[in-house]
Amino acid sequence: MQTVSQIIPAADKPRRVARVFGHTPFLAWLLGAAAAVLLEHLLGETFAGLVGLSKVPVLFGLMILMSKPLLFPGALLYVAVIYLLPLLCVAGLLTRPANLVAAALLRFGPAFAVIVHLALFYGVLHFWADISGYRELTVKFTLIAVLLTLSLNLINGYMGEFSCSHPGFMALGAYGASTFTLTLFVNNPLFGKALLPGFLGPWLFPLGLVFGGLLASLGALLIAIPSFKTRGDYLAIISLAFLFIVKSLLENLPFLGGPRGMGGQPDYAGLPVVFAWTAMGVWIMNNYVRSTLGKSLNAIRDDEAAAEAMSVDTRHTKMTAFMFAAFWAGVAGGLFAHVMRFINPATFGVQRLAEMLAMVYFGGLNSVYGSIVGAVSLNLLGEALRPLELFKWIFIPLLLILVMIFRPTGLLAFREFDAVRLVRPLDRDSQGGAP
Amino acid sequence: MTYFFQNVVNALQWGSFYALIALGYSMVYSILMLFNFAHGDIFMVGAYIGFGVATLLVAMSAGGAIVLPGWLILILTILISMFLTALLGMFVERVGYRPLRDAPRASAAITGLMIGIILETGNLWLLGARRVSFPSLIQTVTYDVGGVILTNKKIMIVLVALAFMLALHLFVRHSKWGMAMRAMAFDYVVVPLMGVSINTIARMTFAIGSALAAVAGILFSIAYPVLDPYMGIVFGWKAFVAAILGGRGSIMGAALAGFLLGFIEIFVAMAFPSTLRDLIAYSIIMVILVFRPHGFFGEPYSAKLRL
Repeated sequence: MQTVSQIIPAADKPRRVARVFGHTPFLAWLLGAAAAVLLEHLLGETFAGLVGLSKVPVLFGLMILMSKPLLFPGALLYVAVIYLLPLLCVAGLLTRPANLVAAALLRFGPAFAVIVHLALFYGVLHFWADISGYRELTVKFTLIAVLLTLSLNLINGYMGEFSCSHPGFMALGAYGASTFTLTLFVNNPLFGKALLPGFLGPWLFPLGLVFGGLLASLGALLIAIPSFKTRGDYLAIISLAFLFIVKSLLENLPFLGGPRGMGGQPDYAGLPVVFAWTAMGVWIMNNYVRSTLGKSLNAIRDDEAAAEAMSVDTRHTKMTAFMFAAFWAGVAGGLFAHVMRFINPATFGVQRLAEMLAMVYFGGLNSVYGSIVGAVSLNLLGEALRPLELFKWIFIPLLLILVMIFRPTGLLAFREFDAVRLVRPLDRDSQGGAP
Repeated sequence: MTYFFQNVVNALQWGSFYALIALGYSMVYSILMLFNFAHGDIFMVGAYIGFGVATLLVAMSAGGAIVLPGWLILILTILISMFLTALLGMFVERVGYRPLRDAPRASAAITGLMIGIILETGNLWLLGARRVSFPSLIQTVTYDVGGVILTNKKIMIVLVALAFMLALHLFVRHSKWGMAMRAMAFDYVVVPLMGVSINTIARMTFAIGSALAAVAGILFSIAYPVLDPYMGIVFGWKAFVAAILGGRGSIMGAALAGFLLGFIEIFVAMAFPSTLRDLIAYSIIMVILVFRPHGFFGEPYSAKLRL
């Protein structure tokens, strides 16, 4: 959270800022953000009118800067008054009580504290996204991108292979989950009448996602087994061939819609569903990389022979890693299909591969933080720069090239993500409650 | 049978494009151990530069400034585009790859991808989203050899491609620079200590690879005269497959793998519905790689101890 305290206007006196915000726990920042979004809900429309904007700026005024620079002072004022002011005031004022509350929460157990924080975070996200459908869609796609990036990072970062097959896993998951929901709950031209009553749909939707994920895991076997014998560049080719094969297979299966794809997926992937799955995915994947299995992935990356000598079962580890990563990519694909409500094989081509690789390497290898930062920043940047049209695709690649040149492993590589450290209180007197 | 030979001819032509592009990939990959993912887009830019040069020369001829026959225009186009595209390749190397020579290899692959996107977008910005068509420089002459239809363009494409491959082969095998390249491919830590500049070699590698991509681009536009800014993507990835399939350190392996890829694609399309082309072609490649995990001519590569 130091970054937030660095960008505020008083940054010329960093020490004083550190004194004010250095002990502000994550909980206080969340409460500040909640205050900001509540304020936007109550006054956003009115205030936007006051500063001369036709409606609430959807992405912090960034889009306005690109398309109508004259309105930018208004947007800046809006961001300062509606977001920054309440955020800083509430976070600063609530530092002490929030520390006490955070310590109290931790006393109920770390899981409880994390869940309360997550719930609060969801609340903030929900109210922020509530303003417009566009925001909601952006948030959903960003969350799905987090899942995808993290699962690709398992292979490319933690295991150190260069896997190009992730859009293929995503496609398998998307088609698997869509087939599940379309067959069971929806009357549609591809699969005929619904087999089950529609009200069951949202409740059985997780099953569909798991089905898609398992399908992707099965597909991953095709790459995992060659990976016993071959590594590095040849595995990259095998995984690329896998991507082409999956795409071509889907184009050639008329009962799945062929090249025209399938549409009409029911609207089961609301914001809460996507958020819950993403949170769960990040949690499980983070536990995975911190477990013995995850550490043996790192050992294989650094030296396979040494790892094997140290009793790492390399085959088992590689197979688990591929299937596990593919499962989450498949789940993300299933969510994607139900957010877009239309998929076709062309959605999962090399273009998407480039996008996913960019997010992984931008954020940072071997790092859960990095994946989250990479996915969120590139997604939001992609949306915010939309008014630049063509130049967006010059600006973003240039940014990535610069990041690669100055930080070749990405912005936040090799960081461990510890949710409990994130939610602990930050002042000295309540530190006793923290582990 | 004539149908079969007809497809052999088509496959030779199709394989020439893959082989020429794969050569550039393979040189960079063998000598610098990098994936040059921008190469497909350099092929595209090469085709566009060829288009520009050819259009200019045709217009000058028509205007009466200098009257050149079609074949001379073609040769000039190829040479000028090779030169310009080689400059582009050197620029790409300087900007995108040299700063990353000591970085993890995947990072350089990402800059390559991004440079590719910039090239596509830059092209889109300069010329707009419409497709352009390449001027026809030579008249198509059709020969019928026992039922197999040959055109002078097809013969020319295959011959020109083979000639450039042979030239590259001779250069790499028998010139001093070629020797330096081979040495660099063998060990790029020690060889710079022997007084060979890695920067010069890298620049030259990119220049030659890009020049070959320009040749492929022009030959491709002669056979399929419609250009669009995204035509390089699929070719780039497929040539990447061919380059790796050939094996590290084997430039001719890449050319062979390019032809093989062309043959597989054309013959799969001959025997099965053409929509199944990618499916079957890549399944074959996957099977090949499972049984020959280090490509056709590559050194066996394994992280496991061989006792």
